[in-house]
Amino acid sequence: MSFLLRCPTCGLRAVDEFGYAGEVTSRPQQPPSLAELCDYVYFRRNVAGVQREWWYHRLGCEQWFQADRDTRTNEVVEVFAP
Amino acid sequence: MRLAQREGEAIDRGRELGFTFAGSRITGFAGDTIGSALYASGRRVFSRSFKYHRPRGLLCCSGHCANCMLTVDGVPNVRVCVEPLREGTVVEAQNVVGSLERDLLAVTDRVGGPFTPVGFYYRTMIRPRRLWPVYEKVLRSIAGLGRVGGASRRYDTEHRRAEVLVIGGGRSGREAASAAAREGRQVVLVDEGAQEPLPGVEVLAPAQALGLYEGGLVPVDAGGVMYRFRAERIVVATGAVEQPLVFPGNDLAGVVLPNAVRRLVGEWSIKPGERAVVLAADDRGLETADLLAEAGVDVALALRVTPNNPLRIEATGRRGRVRKVTVDGKSIDCDLLVMSGGRQPAYSLLAQAGARVEYDATKGIFVPTALPAGVDAVGAVTGEVGGSSIPRPLYAGDGKCFVCVCEDVTVKDMKRALAEGFDSLELCKRYTTVTMGPCQGRLCQLASVRVYAHEQQTGEAAIGTTTARPPWAPVTLGLLAGRHHEPARRTALHHRHEEAGATMMWTGEWRRPHSYGDPEAEAREVHEGLGLIDVSTLGKLLVEGPDAGVFLDRLYPNRFSDLKPGRIRYGVLNGDGGRIMDDGTIARLGDELYYVTTTSTGAEGIFAWFQWWNAVWGYDVEIVNVTGALAAVNLAGPRAREALAALTDADVSGEAIGYLDCREVVVAGVPCLVLRIGFVGELGYELHCSSPAAEHLWDRLVSGGARPFGLEPQRILRLEKQHVIIGQDTDSESNVLSAGMGWIAKLDKDDFVGKWALEHAAERGVRERLVGFEMRDSALPAEGGQVVAGGRSIGRVTSARRSPVLGKNIGLAWVPPELAEDGAELEILVDGRPEPAVVRLEPFFDPEGARLRS
Repeated sequence: MSFLLRCPTCGLRAVDEFGYAGEVTSRPQQPPSLAELCDYVYFRRNVAGVQREWWYHRLGCEQWFQADRDTRTNEVVEVFAP
Repeated sequence: MRLAQREGEAIDRGRELGFTFAGSRITGFAGDTIGSALYASGRRVFSRSFKYHRPRGLLCCSGHCANCMLTVDGVPNVRVCVEPLREGTVVEAQNVVGSLERDLLAVTDRVGGPFTPVGFYYRTMIRPRRLWPVYEKVLRSIAGLGRVGGASRRYDTEHRRAEVLVIGGGRSGREAASAAAREGRQVVLVDEGAQEPLPGVEVLAPAQALGLYEGGLVPVDAGGVMYRFRAERIVVATGAVEQPLVFPGNDLAGVVLPNAVRRLVGEWSIKPGERAVVLAADDRGLETADLLAEAGVDVALALRVTPNNPLRIEATGRRGRVRKVTVDGKSIDCDLLVMSGGRQPAYSLLAQAGARVEYDATKGIFVPTALPAGVDAVGAVTGEVGGSSIPRPLYAGDGKCFVCVCEDVTVKDMKRALAEGFDSLELCKRYTTVTMGPCQGRLCQLASVRVYAHEQQTGEAAIGTTTARPPWAPVTLGLLAGRHHEPARRTALHHRHEEAGATMMWTGEWRRPHSYGDPEAEAREVHEGLGLIDVSTLGKLLVEGPDAGVFLDRLYPNRFSDLKPGRIRYGVLNGDGGRIMDDGTIARLGDELYYVTTTSTGAEGIFAWFQWWNAVWGYDVEIVNVTGALAAVNLAGPRAREALAALTDADVSGEAIGYLDCREVVVAGVPCLVLRIGFVGELGYELHCSSPAAEHLWDRLVSGGARPFGLEPQRILRLEKQHVIIGQDTDSESNVLSAGMGWIAKLDKDDFVGKWALEHAAERGVRERLVGFEMRDSALPAEGGQVVAGGRSIGRVTSARRSPVLGKNIGLAWVPPELAEDGAELEILVDGRPEPAVVRLEPFFDPEGARLRS
């Protein structure tokens, strides 16, 4: 994996500078059933296409942000400060 | 052998340079390469081939092929045709037993045939099986090219950016670079040979682009340093490579490509031979006949090869050097045979970038099409290679006929691969290793496609090319590895530990004292007197803001919003899956300020974890990582209070600083945060101070009678208290219920991370429990040892130590829940034998905690 990612704070940087926490999930609002909890903790949509993800600028500003990335091409469409 | 001085020659005849080859001294001129100086000295055989150990001489003279690879100053596989000559260089032959002239391994060329057919390592030497170790030993000693020397060298990696990166410094590349520079772009030009400076352009030469990766990443080998270039626009100007013809004897020394003649005569003023034959499919190749004549070489024949003429070419020689070429039955004596099968664009980098490669039937070459965004191609690499006829795929005759000189793959090998069913070129490549040698297909890709098309009676387009993969040029492993990095963190007290003779050990990225020589004595000192341990490696976070308490309430399973300022509480962090991640103590320093410690290895991860949840929740909280800024020591033992009192005016009595209290106290003149906690089970004070003051504090505590102790004694001490080490005693399956810390989870609390999972776990019960055990006898289980019942494994030991103060072997183990009862009998395998043990749920030492509360 080798591409550039635009940190909202620091600008365009190599992907090696970042930590990755996978696609943005939605945490249940109410106490979940065991099946719902397993879905939330363990299951991901794993799309072949654009998905919203969590990124952490580990070697830079140490801030988390979200990015829309195409998992097929690694093209980063947009980044957001959360 | 040198011609009279010629105009434009690259050598400086006024400056002689001496070097040695195989022990004898040879001279050349400044401007020579090692290869040209050797050629001028009369040398024609430069190497022995990879498999058959056939004599090989200069072929491309452009740094493509393996024919001139020698060991230079201990560095193997140097292409001497492009390696500049330096005074005093020591050059040695490689891949020979004996000398280049008499290589004992050449026997494989004469009689090896039946034993070393293509893919022989897959079959000939497989049976009988018991002989494989013998074969392996022999094969290993002769396999490969060159020997890695002992000389070590430093390599670096550097990240670079360029607006425009031009790869290739031929005419088109230089023009493209200049044009971009005139537009005000920041331009870098990379070329594998020598280059004149270019205004407005940073020229990196000699340097080699190794590949073209995703996101426009181009690693460039610039000798001792690897530049990882990121460029907005990449211009590939890698030109085209002259192609050999495929005929019997085409690998003899003296059979060369046109560029060898151009460089030998044009750059180094060397007469390349006495009598030459030129067989070329293109004008460029034929033009060398004029150059040879000008250099005084007798050109016996200059012939344009076309699909129908000639039909037979066969070269023969003596001692590996060409003596005669037979063209359609007509024999011509010669010592130089110039061959050219036209030029093939060097499209590999473009293909790696995602370009398509298609066969152009009119030109008879593969050309890149459909370039990806951000990548351009200029010059010959696009397919503009000048007029050329398409040569026959192979010319009839007897004798070995090489498709790939680097890997010694012959036409016969490819035919055999086809007969065995490897009908796709990709399969043939893997089976025969054609195109897998140092030239990476530069001289053999097109030839191998033509041979396969011919044998399968189809066209080159139907065969297609093999996938182009990095590296495009050979690269030393050292350069890929980069500089040897061993990232290590050392605390502000590291030098004190070394002075005290500590044995250091790794804990995550930290270097910490294992012990200062006698772990048991150090542990005993903590029980009986006064010990001191450097705990600066603890992760330390400040959490500050109006929402700090609520924030921690949601991160931890227990409460912190109701913690009184000046008090401390233990906390265990869980994920939403309910698994234990980390632990530490949380001290409330003020209404809106908490001081959180984490495990030594968890600091960075937990800081990111806190930041992440706050990014999700958006509380009014600031999180600051002060792990490196603050040092910490733990002063522990019955004499700890007395020792602390001697260094401060503050009241440190049990009433003023009780168990789990935190206070700001000036100790030995150093402002400290004092946390009274008891990881090692004795009265203890953790003193946190700014790192620069740590050495002074440490020295005063030591001169006050504290004996330093290391991690090993600390592990004994904490085990006596059954204090868990996260990651040692727990794993990614452990939750607080199974780890015997159910009391910490306040399930009546509002939502916290991991609450739901713990609720479900509480309802469903746990599959195993972490318990303490003591051995009945003297056996000491290994960490990771098995707890067994009736010969079956039912659990595992996570920690085990001999406790000097208890005189027993104790430990922690995961066991089935029904065995998690005080006094339950266990059997633990020690050295393969079941040994009796007893479950203990209470701490082994001071179960009431009277000593740490004293």
